[in-house]
Amino acid sequence: MDVSASFSLSKKVDDDRVVGEEQELHVLAVDDNLIDRKIVEKLLKNFSCKVTTAENGLRALEYLGLRDDQQNTLNCNIGSKVNMIITDYCMPGMTGYELLKKIKESSMLKEVPVVIMSSENIPTRINKCLEEGAQMFMLKPLKQSDVKKLRGQLMKCGS
Amino acid sequence: MDIVNQLQRQYVDFLSSLYREGLLDDQFLQIQKLQDESNPEFVNEVVTLFFEDSEKLLHNLAVSLYVDQQNVDYQKVDACVHQFKGSSSSIGAQRVRNICASFRTCYDAKNLEGCLRCLQQLKDEYYLVKNKLQTLFRLEQQIVAAGGVIPIMG
Repeated sequence: MDVSASFSLSKKVDDDRVVGEEQELHVLAVDDNLIDRKIVEKLLKNFSCKVTTAENGLRALEYLGLRDDQQNTLNCNIGSKVNMIITDYCMPGMTGYELLKKIKESSMLKEVPVVIMSSENIPTRINKCLEEGAQMFMLKPLKQSDVKKLRGQLMKCGS
Repeated sequence: MDIVNQLQRQYVDFLSSLYREGLLDDQFLQIQKLQDESNPEFVNEVVTLFFEDSEKLLHNLAVSLYVDQQNVDYQKVDACVHQFKGSSSSIGAQRVRNICASFRTCYDAKNLEGCLRCLQQLKDEYYLVKNKLQTLFRLEQQIVAAGGVIPIMG
């Protein structure tokens, strides 16, 4: 797997860059479990994504500029540079489903694909998320083949 | 070269036994596959995090189940076991993950006896897999020190 040098540099640059044929995708990964965050981050980085992690829904909303008291500020810039959000379902405080809803309710971010992950295969849960607009539902633990599929789907989305 | 081959053989046999005995499952291989030149210590880092996290959780579970047995906070127990199940599943510690599943049945039923039994089993399985993984890492270090490469399995 060739992780070209340009993807590991300049993490602070937020603008989309085109390197060769592939655009660098910026993913926000949300999970309350530290080990899972580390694994998801590596999985995504191995597929040439720039990754930002958040440990819960509130932090994710803050990063996206969607927290209630941020609505009127210009933090919106950062949020719009995220190409995908991948979030765990079961999190304390705000679930992944609730986070999904908040994102879909936002005029600025509703087009951003949201992927829900869960260790539990519960059809009603899956349907609920898909109905609310989740791009995909993935079963944990995630593997390379899962992220490969995801990347493929994202490219087609034309984000 | 002889010593390297010997160590590599030992490594493969040892790791195979861990899979065979169900201590590790395919997810551990997935974690190994993630390691590369940009992060050559990835497996070690993840597993170390797992050790730290797990020991904290075991401690919290002991507190929840032993300190005030008349007023066990089963929601706290749920939160701990849920996290433990997630982490163990993510690194492929299969037997630990399976104990977490039985544990859930016990605390869902508010069965204190059952919970105490599960906690003991969890500790046993956790320390067993920790011990095995530390042995595995020592073997890896020996191979690298002898100038060899760590065999990729699967």
